[in-house]
Amino acid sequence: MIIYGVTLLAVCTLTGITAGKILGTLIGVPANVGGVGIAMILLILAGSYLNKRGLIDVKTEQGVEFWSAIYIPVVVAMAAKQNVMGALTGGPMAITAGITAVICGFALVPMLARIGQNKAEETEKTASRATSA
Amino acid sequence: MYDSLLHVTDKYNLVTAFAFIGVTMWFSYWLSGRFTKGRIHGSAIAILLGLIMAYFSGVFTGGQKGLVDIPLLSGIGLLGGSMLRDFAIVATGFGVNIEELKRAGISGIIALAMGIFSSFFAGVTVAMAFGYTDAVSLTTIGAGAVTYIVGPVTGAALGASSEVMALSIAAGLVKSILVMIATPFVAPMIGLNSPRTAVIFGGLMGTSSGVAAGLAATDPKLVPYGCLTAAFYTALGCLLGPSLLFIIMRAIAG
Repeated sequence: MIIYGVTLLAVCTLTGITAGKILGTLIGVPANVGGVGIAMILLILAGSYLNKRGLIDVKTEQGVEFWSAIYIPVVVAMAAKQNVMGALTGGPMAITAGITAVICGFALVPMLARIGQNKAEETEKTASRATSA
Repeated sequence: MYDSLLHVTDKYNLVTAFAFIGVTMWFSYWLSGRFTKGRIHGSAIAILLGLIMAYFSGVFTGGQKGLVDIPLLSGIGLLGGSMLRDFAIVATGFGVNIEELKRAGISGIIALAMGIFSSFFAGVTVAMAFGYTDAVSLTTIGAGAVTYIVGPVTGAALGASSEVMALSIAAGLVKSILVMIATPFVAPMIGLNSPRTAVIFGGLMGTSSGVAAGLAATDPKLVPYGCLTAAFYTALGCLLGPSLLFIIMRAIAG
């Protein structure tokens, strides 16, 4: 049933967000510490466990996939509720600071991708060797 | 007439939002196919349209919540709010490959640390160039360049002036909006095309709304990988802002 998939998703989301909140309180940070990340890991683990035991049918999967597909419209709605005017009226300093931070981030992506690249390739090779064998 | 329309859209606000966003998506994909031959992804245009509409809504209503300030469209706030956003982001994790994730693990953690430090010092440098000298203001503006949540959290902890807090929020907003718009165009140049680079990208940029929208417009398959690291970014920033980063700034600026 489709609702089983939605329920699995809901339980994982609530558990993850709660764990993130508790973690935040424990280390004294007024923010959710990786709640969404924890929830995703829970869903990945629960999904693969249930899949192995054959407990997920196509209908159940559709319950999760619908929400995964509705994700882009949700992001568009999120964009439409941003305080764009506030960002642009923040003055040249705020705009320059934001732009500089983004440029630094973009520039670092290829640099960091190179670190550990060899290691990643090795695992890829062993993985492909394992599958070919 | 307007009153009864308002009554319906208010009572059925989420349904109105589905209809409105759906039409926006259709129009964006039509523009994408008709004028760019699909080169600029429909979702990138839709996100840009959303931001433009939010800007004009801010100009006309004087509010801070974009289209949500227009009474007819209040449902956008629910559809694009944190509840459904997190629910949908978690759902994208269903297609994640565990092996890919393990392979990216360490790079993701390094990216998180580097991302916070590089954004912070980028913000601090710009603040210095604009004449700020005291450690509290510099730290708050730098923290704002991390994300628009880290900025005010840090500023409140350090007792920054409200003017500096507003600047730090604006810096964070500019960052998140720019990531949404620029990512699909920059992606081919920086090799952002695999789960591993998406994990690194999420850790470096960290703004969850920016990363989510930027990756969605680049390649929806990469979304869960980027959002997974980005989920830890704001919290780590809130942790480091008023502590380590402030201590560093106090040592530099005195």
